[in-house]
Amino acid sequence: MKNDNSKKDHTSSKTETQKIGRRDIIKGLAAVPVLGAFSYAWSRKNNIDQTFRKQMREVVNLTSQPVELAPSVKDGKPIRIGIIGFGIRGKQLMRAAGFPEPSWIDEQIKAHAENKQNTNYQSYMEQEQLNIEVNGVCDIFSVYSKEAAIAASNVNREGTVGKMGKEPRQYKTYLELLDAPDIDAVIIATPDHWHSPMAIEAAKRGKHVYCEKPVSWTVPETYELVKVVKEKGVVFQLGHQGRQTESYTKAREAIEKGILGKVNLIEVCTNRNDPNGAWVYDIHPDASPSTIDWTQFLGQAPYHEFSLERFFRWRCWWDYSTGLNGDLLTHEYDALNQIMGLGIPGSVASSGGIYFFKDGRTVPDVLQVVMEFPKHELSFLYSATLASGRSRGKVIMGHDASMEISDRLVIKAEAESTQYKKKIEEGLIDPNTPIYSFTPGKKGADGFATATEQYFASRGLLYTYRNGKRVDTTHLHIKEWLNCIRAGVQPSCNIDQAFQEGISAHMSTKALLENRRVFWDADKQEIV
Amino acid sequence: MNKSYTNIQTFLLVTLRILLGWYFLYEGIVKIANPDWSSFGYLMDSQGAFAGIFHAMAAKTNVVAVVDMLNKWGLTLIGLGLILGFLTQYALFFGMLLLIMYYCSHPPLASVAYLMPQEGSYLWVNKTLLEILTMAVLMVFPTGHIAGFDRFITKWTKK
Repeated sequence: MKNDNSKKDHTSSKTETQKIGRRDIIKGLAAVPVLGAFSYAWSRKNNIDQTFRKQMREVVNLTSQPVELAPSVKDGKPIRIGIIGFGIRGKQLMRAAGFPEPSWIDEQIKAHAENKQNTNYQSYMEQEQLNIEVNGVCDIFSVYSKEAAIAASNVNREGTVGKMGKEPRQYKTYLELLDAPDIDAVIIATPDHWHSPMAIEAAKRGKHVYCEKPVSWTVPETYELVKVVKEKGVVFQLGHQGRQTESYTKAREAIEKGILGKVNLIEVCTNRNDPNGAWVYDIHPDASPSTIDWTQFLGQAPYHEFSLERFFRWRCWWDYSTGLNGDLLTHEYDALNQIMGLGIPGSVASSGGIYFFKDGRTVPDVLQVVMEFPKHELSFLYSATLASGRSRGKVIMGHDASMEISDRLVIKAEAESTQYKKKIEEGLIDPNTPIYSFTPGKKGADGFATATEQYFASRGLLYTYRNGKRVDTTHLHIKEWLNCIRAGVQPSCNIDQAFQEGISAHMSTKALLENRRVFWDADKQEIV
Repeated sequence: MNKSYTNIQTFLLVTLRILLGWYFLYEGIVKIANPDWSSFGYLMDSQGAFAGIFHAMAAKTNVVAVVDMLNKWGLTLIGLGLILGFLTQYALFFGMLLLIMYYCSHPPLASVAYLMPQEGSYLWVNKTLLEILTMAVLMVFPTGHIAGFDRFITKWTKK
C-alpha cells in the first residue's frame, strides 16, 4: 500500500515541518464544513420531528395526571385497624398497609442477595408508612391467626431476627373483633360468601370498611350493604386496586375527549395457565379440623363436611365463591366502569364450562360474558380461560380509533375514521402506527416513545421499574381509603361503584347458571 | 508518521473517518437531545457471558447515570474528534473501547435473542464488530495529521 515519497505532500515529511502554512490551514480544517452539513441535517430532522409532534398533539392531547393523594397525616392520630382473613390476599393487603410477615422480608432479602436485579425489598422498604396500627386480627385457621398477629407486630418491617412490636389481640370470631372499641376500621379479605355479611356488621358498628372484591355473594345482601353503609356514613372502599392504575386515568381522558369517536365494542380478557392461577392453592400441612373453625367457615354456605380442599381452594366452588365472574371479570368490569362510567348493563348473556381443571370444582374454568349497554350503545365482551396463557389486552373499539390498555396505553387511528379522514389523507396520521402511546412513569410523557423504547416498555423493561421504584397499586388503594377516612369523604371505589360491580357480576352468574339472558330493570332496580 | 498514501487512498481513508465520526456524533446528539433516553433498557437486554456485569450495572441507579453520561458525551466527543481529525488516535481508541462494550453486552451468538429489534441478520459477526475493525484499520492508517486538526498538533509538537 505504500507509496513513494515523491508524491505530493500527503505526509508530514521532515522537510517542511515547523511552519504552519496556508496549505496546512486548509488541510487541517478540511473537515470543518462537514460539521456545517451535520448541523443542517440535524436541524432539519429536528424540525420535522417537532412539526410532527406539534401536529400530533393537536390530534391527541392528553394532559391528565393521576390524582395526587394528600400525603398521609404523619403526626395525627393513627387509624386503628382490624384485619379479618389472613390467607393469600390478606397477607398481601397487610404488606401493602405496611405490615409484612417477617418470613416474607427474609425471602425478599434472600432474593436480592441471590439476584441483585431483584429490588423488591428496596422498593418495599421505600413504601410510605401510613400511620396506622393493627389492634386486632381474626382468622379461623389458627396458624394464619398467629401469623397475622406477628405480621401486625412487625412495625419496623424486619425479618425473623428483627425486633417486633406488641402483638395485637387475636379474635376467634369476626363479631368480637368488630365489637372491639380500639378498632376504627377493618380490612376484609375472606372468601366471597363472607364479604357482605362482615361488611354489613362492620358498617352497623360504625367501622370503616376496606372489602375485597367482589362486593357480595348473593343479590339481596348487596342491597342491604349499600343501605347500611349509606345510613351509617362509613367510608367504604372495594378492593379493586386497578383504580390506582395510571394508564386508566389517561384512558378515561381519551374517551372524554372523543379521541376514539363513537365507542361500540369493548373486549376484555383473563388468561391464565397454571394451577395457582386456577385457584388450586397449596394445602397447609398444619390444617386440620382442630386448627380450623369449619362451622364459622361455612357461614351461610350450604352444609358440607370438613374438607381441606374446600377450605384452601374455596374459589373452585359456587358454595363459597363467585367464580370467574366475581373474581376476575369484576377487575375488568371495574376498570372499564372507571374509564367509561358504564354503570349496570341492560342485559347479560353468558356461557362456559369446566373444560380443563376436572378436579371436582363447580365453577367454570372457561367463561364468556356478553354485556349490552343500550344507554351507551355498546357491547362489552369478557372472555376468560384458566388454561391458556395467551395474553389479550383490554381493547376499546371506536369508529375513529381503538385503544389497547395494559400497563401501557396505545391508541391507533382507524383507517376508515371520519374524524381523522383529512389527516390520514394528508399522510399526517398512519393507521398502522400509534397516534398516542403512554408508558407510566415516563417523565415528560408526550405520547411519542421511540420504537426501541416501546419495545422495552412493552416488556416491562423500562419505566415501570426504572429507578427501582415500582409502586404497589394495592398500597395506593389502601392509602386512598385511609386518607378518605381522615378527610371524611368517600373513595374512588365507593359503595355506589361497588353496587354496580356486584350487580353486574351477579347478572353474569345468573345468566350462566340459568342459561338465559338476564335483564336489569332500572326503574325497579332489580335483576329480571 | 511516515506513511504516505496516494490521493485516492487518502481520500477514502479520510472519508471513512468522517462518516464514522458522523455516525458517532449523531448517536451521541440524539441521546443528549432526548431527556428520556437511558442505557437501562440496553443494559438489561444484555446476553452472553458478560450479561451479569451489565445487569448489575443496570441495577444501580447511580451507575446507570454514569453509563448514560459516558455514552451521551463519549459518543458525541468521539464523533467530533473523528470528523475534525482532532486527537484522532484517542477518539479511535475510546470509540473502540465503547464498541467492545456494546459487542460484549450484545454478542450475536447463535443461541441468543434480543428484545432490541435488529435490522439485519447476524451470527458472531455484526455491525459492531465490523466497526471495531474499521476503527482499528483507521488507527493503523492515520489521517488526522493529513486532513484534520492533528496536522497543527503534529507541527507544533515538532517545533
